[in-house]
Amino acid sequence: MAGTGSAHLRPEADSLLRVEDLVVTFSAGKKQLIQAVSGISFDILDGETVGLVGESGCGKSTTGRAIVQLPRPVSGKVTLGDQELTALRGEELRKIRPKIQMIFQDPISSLNPRRKIRDIVSEGLDIWEIGDKASRNQRVDEILNAVGIDPANGDRRPHEFSGGQCQRISIARAMITEPKLIICDEPVSALDVSVQAQIINLLQDMKQRYGLTLIFIAHDLAVVKNVSDRVVVMYLGKICEVGKPDTIYRQPAHPYSAALIAAIPVPDPKVKVSTENILGGEVPSPVSPPSGCRFRTRCPRATELCAEEEPQMREIATDQYVACHFPLSPGEVINFGASV
Amino acid sequence: MSKPEPLKSPDTAIMAAPPATLLEIKNLTTYFRSSHGLVRAVDGVSFDLNRGKTLGIVGESGSGKTVLARSIMGLLPKAGLERDGSILFEGDELINLGPKSMRPYWGAQMAMIFQDPMTSLNPVMKIGNQISESIREHLDVTKQYAKELAEQLLISVRIPEAAQRLDEYPHQLSGGMRQRVCIAVALACGPKLLFADEPTTALDVTVQAQILDLMAIAQRERFMAMILITHDLGVVAGRTDEIVVMYAGRIVERAKTETLFSHMKMPYTEALLQSIPRVDQASHVRLATIPGRPPDLINPPAGCKFAPRCNYAQDRCLQEEPPLREASPGHEYRCWFPVDTPEGADALARNRERGTTASGLIFNPPTPALANKQKS
Repeated sequence: MAGTGSAHLRPEADSLLRVEDLVVTFSAGKKQLIQAVSGISFDILDGETVGLVGESGCGKSTTGRAIVQLPRPVSGKVTLGDQELTALRGEELRKIRPKIQMIFQDPISSLNPRRKIRDIVSEGLDIWEIGDKASRNQRVDEILNAVGIDPANGDRRPHEFSGGQCQRISIARAMITEPKLIICDEPVSALDVSVQAQIINLLQDMKQRYGLTLIFIAHDLAVVKNVSDRVVVMYLGKICEVGKPDTIYRQPAHPYSAALIAAIPVPDPKVKVSTENILGGEVPSPVSPPSGCRFRTRCPRATELCAEEEPQMREIATDQYVACHFPLSPGEVINFGASV
Repeated sequence: MSKPEPLKSPDTAIMAAPPATLLEIKNLTTYFRSSHGLVRAVDGVSFDLNRGKTLGIVGESGSGKTVLARSIMGLLPKAGLERDGSILFEGDELINLGPKSMRPYWGAQMAMIFQDPMTSLNPVMKIGNQISESIREHLDVTKQYAKELAEQLLISVRIPEAAQRLDEYPHQLSGGMRQRVCIAVALACGPKLLFADEPTTALDVTVQAQILDLMAIAQRERFMAMILITHDLGVVAGRTDEIVVMYAGRIVERAKTETLFSHMKMPYTEALLQSIPRVDQASHVRLATIPGRPPDLINPPAGCKFAPRCNYAQDRCLQEEPPLREASPGHEYRCWFPVDTPEGADALARNRERGTTASGLIFNPPTPALANKQKS
């Protein structure tokens, strides 16, 4: 995997956000570079939800942050509508910020414990001096109602709310500036299953009601399948596979996608837990990623070709793109050997 | 692994076999005194566990799963604690034992793996020493032998280059590797009972599968009983023999794993299962939710504790708490209008007709916004 290329991009005129050849590196000291994201491209249409999946350390969150230019990518282009974010500086970039908002994993630590939730939510309006005080208050009430928080509780502080309610408040804070794009970085991973379902449904409602576009970053593939219109599977800073969730989950073409799907626990005791088909090992260090296809060190199909040549993205079925020299054919099962 | 010696005759086999029951919990209560009142974290829990078997404990945050496990192990802080009932471990009563008397049990008889592998390992102690610490405490062995044992344990939890790892510190390992070290620490003295408290919640799906497989292998090799605590019914479905569903400090359903999934009686179990997004569903299927949140454990509602969030709730549920009733041998539940029964179907039909349940909850499917409003 771990390929580059842009075969999966759609016509430029249709997309709301376009990420091209995005590269992000961090210094690890001693002149070493952590290659967090290595040349990925994807696009999002207006009103679409794109799910980014992969294990920890595959660069999902870094991609999300690089889109909002925090930190700025080393190279590559991020375009929102007709504005190239990577070319903007200072005040110009600041003016774009209300249009892109983020929601984070830990709802409690992402809200300031000393502030009232009404102030947290209205901060965006205050900064941009949108409307007078009365209309701002009204707007805050509206948005709190929309996310299912009683505005009468607006003078309380975050610790008085549960994790699920704090996540609702985070969503309200993200929504208040009427953004075009919301980047959700593992928004439900820290929540109980019952609350997780509430938050997922809420995000879907908000999306319909306000015409939002979402990037949904998560390691839980079942959640990603539920919310996404398009799924991007990432591994070690590269894209493995892109396609519609129903297609990818029914017939994954990339061995890594198949491994991720096989690892999902099924809530049914009749489905035998397979210990033969689980991907072993862990993501290698991004300081010195493997040559060629980055997944080859864990892939049972890897050959010399995979070590020498990096696979390019190509269309393997209608609207399903994969970066692999030896993709799975439909219905084929890949055996990873015992996991432990 | 050494093979068990062949048995000499059937008679000695019967005589040598210890009783099958390893752990017997009877009416265990664990309360905490707080400035707001008495917190009933575990309220009258009874179950037993046989040798070599796996029990799953399932419930939302705040349902009392973790307190139950720590109460059994005697790991709770003494201040403000009120504990009553009976904990029989191999026939020995543990409920009145203090930390000093519990020491021989910890590590040697029962051990625990926690959710966060980083905070449960000592960051300034080498991995090898953390493993051999309990070996040296419980077994009369030399330092050198303990070190060899520690290396064997690291190999058995499939940590590559085990000999080198002994001299490393926890921060040098990834999350999955740290959890493997925690398992090695827990297995060091060959406990008969292993508690795993959300052992994979902090890990990736692929690593989760690896760790669960590893625990299953360790369990099989040692004929060890395990209590697996989780909020994810998907994790326990294929890996437990029996499941206990907890709500507000009580058992609301207990059954063999297959029975629980095929013939669940408790609306709470049904709601938990339905709220899990499944890969075999199409995209954008609207998920069923459980509105509201678990009750206040200081002033729990009268009647059934789940009634305020339940789609089946009738007037009776608000007044009378249902007892734990038997549906079939080994399958107990706590509900007046159980799932998949005529009573349950009637209750649902009545609520559907009037649009709300007896507790005033908007009938299914409540949108999250509506459900939340209802509560506040």
